[in-house]
Amino acid sequence: MTHPDVLIVGGGLHGLSAALHLARAGARVQVLERRFVGRHASGASAAGVRTLGRNPLELPLSVIAMQMWHEIAALVGDDCGFAAHGQLRVFSTDAQAARERARLAALQAAGHDTETLIDQQQLRALVPGINPRFIGACHAPRDGAADPHRTLIAFRAAAEAAGVHLREGAGVQSLTREGGHWRAETGAGTVRAATIINAAGAWGARVADLVGETIPLSAKASMMMVTERIEAVIRPVVSIVGRSLSFKQSSQGTLVLGGGIQGRYDLDREETLLDFRALAAGAAAACELMPAVGGARITRCWSGLEGKTADLLPVIGPSTLAEGMYHVFGFSGHGFQLVPAAGAAVAEMVGTGRVPATLTPFSAARFNSRDVAA
Amino acid sequence: MNSGHDILIVGAGPAGMAAAIELRRLGLMPLVVDEQPRPGGQIWRDVERQRPDVLRRALGPDYAAGADMVARFRASGAEYRPGTRMWHIERGLRVFLSQDGQAFLAEPRALVLATGAQERPAPLPGWTLPGVMTVGAAQILMKGSGQIPDRPVWIAGSGPLPILYMRQLLAAGGQIAGYLDTTPAGAARRALPQIGGALRGWGDLRKGLGWLRDLRAAGLRLQRGIRDLAAEGETRLEAICYRTADGRSHRVAADLLLVHEGVVPSVHATLSVEAPHVWDAGQGALRPVLDDWGMTGIDGLFVAGDGAGIAGARAAVARGRLAAQGIAARLGRPATADAIAATRAELRAATAARGFLDAVYPPPDTPIADDTIVCRCEELTAGEIRAAARIHRGGPNQVKAVTRCGMGPCQGRQCGYTVNRLLAETYGQTPAETGFFRIRPPLRPVTLRELAALEEGREAP
Amino acid sequence: MFKPLADPARRAVPVFVDGVETPAQEGETVAALLLRVPPHIARHTPVQETPRAPYCLMGVCFDCLATVDGETSVQTCLVEVRPGMRIERPRGKLRITA
Repeated sequence: MTHPDVLIVGGGLHGLSAALHLARAGARVQVLERRFVGRHASGASAAGVRTLGRNPLELPLSVIAMQMWHEIAALVGDDCGFAAHGQLRVFSTDAQAARERARLAALQAAGHDTETLIDQQQLRALVPGINPRFIGACHAPRDGAADPHRTLIAFRAAAEAAGVHLREGAGVQSLTREGGHWRAETGAGTVRAATIINAAGAWGARVADLVGETIPLSAKASMMMVTERIEAVIRPVVSIVGRSLSFKQSSQGTLVLGGGIQGRYDLDREETLLDFRALAAGAAAACELMPAVGGARITRCWSGLEGKTADLLPVIGPSTLAEGMYHVFGFSGHGFQLVPAAGAAVAEMVGTGRVPATLTPFSAARFNSRDVAA
Repeated sequence: MNSGHDILIVGAGPAGMAAAIELRRLGLMPLVVDEQPRPGGQIWRDVERQRPDVLRRALGPDYAAGADMVARFRASGAEYRPGTRMWHIERGLRVFLSQDGQAFLAEPRALVLATGAQERPAPLPGWTLPGVMTVGAAQILMKGSGQIPDRPVWIAGSGPLPILYMRQLLAAGGQIAGYLDTTPAGAARRALPQIGGALRGWGDLRKGLGWLRDLRAAGLRLQRGIRDLAAEGETRLEAICYRTADGRSHRVAADLLLVHEGVVPSVHATLSVEAPHVWDAGQGALRPVLDDWGMTGIDGLFVAGDGAGIAGARAAVARGRLAAQGIAARLGRPATADAIAATRAELRAATAARGFLDAVYPPPDTPIADDTIVCRCEELTAGEIRAAARIHRGGPNQVKAVTRCGMGPCQGRQCGYTVNRLLAETYGQTPAETGFFRIRPPLRPVTLRELAALEEGREAP
Repeated sequence: MFKPLADPARRAVPVFVDGVETPAQEGETVAALLLRVPPHIARHTPVQETPRAPYCLMGVCFDCLATVDGETSVQTCLVEVRPGMRIERPRGKLRITA
């Protein structure tokens, strides 16, 4: 039997980040990963580092995360391939422009200056090959993208260097309270820990269910496409208002296309299936955005399994039922950017026993109160 | 656009053509697609073409025999679309194809993959230099484009194909600088337990031995037990280096080196739909698990020909016919019991010598030096793969994620088995334990424009 | 490296390789032609810009990729020459044009 202070269920980026921050704060931390680090959403991520277009309830945490991304090497010893070339959300009609202007005005009224509106001339200066039908964009200049695998490697290495014990190939089977501690039966034997952190991603609700807590969670299987290497054609990450597309170019020269186009999934089999009819819509959107890329060849497509909540906000906070258990899952397809800050906030929450203000919108209790209200 | 066919055959080589002919005989109408411009597969590539006598004679009677098969295929009435590539299969059998840059769908009730084999990637130092090619490539140049090496050529490797090609090359007036046989010493002795099967397949073996005798009589310089083969040069091949069985090192000038280390089934398509596969230790390769009609673990998905396990053209024809008979039975047009029995007997006869051949020509076991490129697309070396394995202790998919090995346009066709071998060695595992890359679609790179044309509700231009 | 065997049945097909008019043989693949045209390569790779020649000629190595009539990354071993065909051998990362 091992006796960490904190047992983290799930070796994705959020589990690793929480582990890293907790270990740096002096806790003995074990991470339990059923398959291997980054097997699902973290390894399949588009790795967008984005404040642009976020739900205002997420912005306080996202803004902290963005500052951490700009200094990410100080946190994990590697820049994770992060490049702050900005993100753009382009639009093609005056009605869309008006809606975006109103959204930005509300953001500014709430004190956020992460985004500005740019006109077509500015847009074409940032993306020279863009289809002239796009007349403007929302622009978040400090946003960008990272390399998901480098990020995984860096967070893993930093966590292990901080003393985190990482166990791959073993999942959790049961969680029981025993004399003020948790007793976890796992694929790697029994673990006794004061604190459990549920970072199980798409399977987060199943881990919550182990302690009898019901958290409504569905899943998504966002698909990605990557092309052969082409000459540098674009620096910012671009999305289109009203279409499922995010479009960027990696440092290797490949175009990386995502944006939440959904494939099919099977949680029990832990697998996803691609839907090329849906991907075709993404390819069409990419060709519309920048017609010159139509001849670039797609070499690989994949999708990852990610938890999705009804309000598309994550669940981060203490269990509503079980003492000494905390959740951090359900990022609904946009959790990558939040990784460094969410881990820090979780570590603070575990260390102090208080929920930081940045996390209050993400309480698991919000689902209960809605049930009551309904 | 949907092709509207109940049966789709991918590949117009021996297996695909035989399946199509048999389906037509049983009153069914398949669509046959093939990425080449003309039917025949690699073995009978371009066999329909009129040729000068010297080339026709050089290619030999086994090649010429393909003309009859191709003629029967052409006459069968099966719908045939050359220049057509399959790039994705979804379970439930939705197949994505492209012809002339136009993507289209097929939703057949039965799909026969008759996509054959590829030469086993044979990484050696300098194998990416222009001037290093496979023996199979040179043979295709001879069959399809009527070209032979313009100077005495070095040939290295193992297996029946180099012997066949050398014989064809000499007959066509080409010259051979030398044959460097890399077959591990003692393989022939280890093959003895398989001799019973070999005797049943005696015809093929006798033919191969006869060829070798002819080659030596013609003055072929043959060196056995070659190790540490390497290609050297700055921007193209300038010299080859190797060690002979007596331990001596050699370096000779060369502008063309042809290599061959056997063939392996094309498994990317069946892997991509996660059909069950087994590791065939005798052939050092994966093959799909098939029922006795050739159907995979995925309902309606059949594999015929060398994709089912390397067994040669005669077995491919029998497997193609058998798959057709299995499909016909599913679609209510069963062949007679006699016809099925005859096909099964033919398949047994055609595969009798296989165990012996596998034992005579085992997969290569030459150590792969750290500076040898493993992934031709991403230009990664064995040393980089080993380092990633030591640091991350992960399987092929994790090593792929951290190194990009296998992420290029060939999608792991040139590095998959090498990565498997390097990881198995590093971890002390069997190849089956280590496993293979998860195959990400598309099976062939498609342009964004091609895929975009499949957007629902969008009309073809 | 390679020479065509004399074949009176094959007509000459004029094509352009990197803008230079080059006689090809009817029925040969573009890859087969490139192996005869100095410097006997198909491209320089997009990763380290090393020269590569067609290697497998059967569609599985992707080392024979070149630009054919404006279409990029064509597997030239799968395409036969046509009169007037324009073949460009890429150097490094793919250049795209509208």
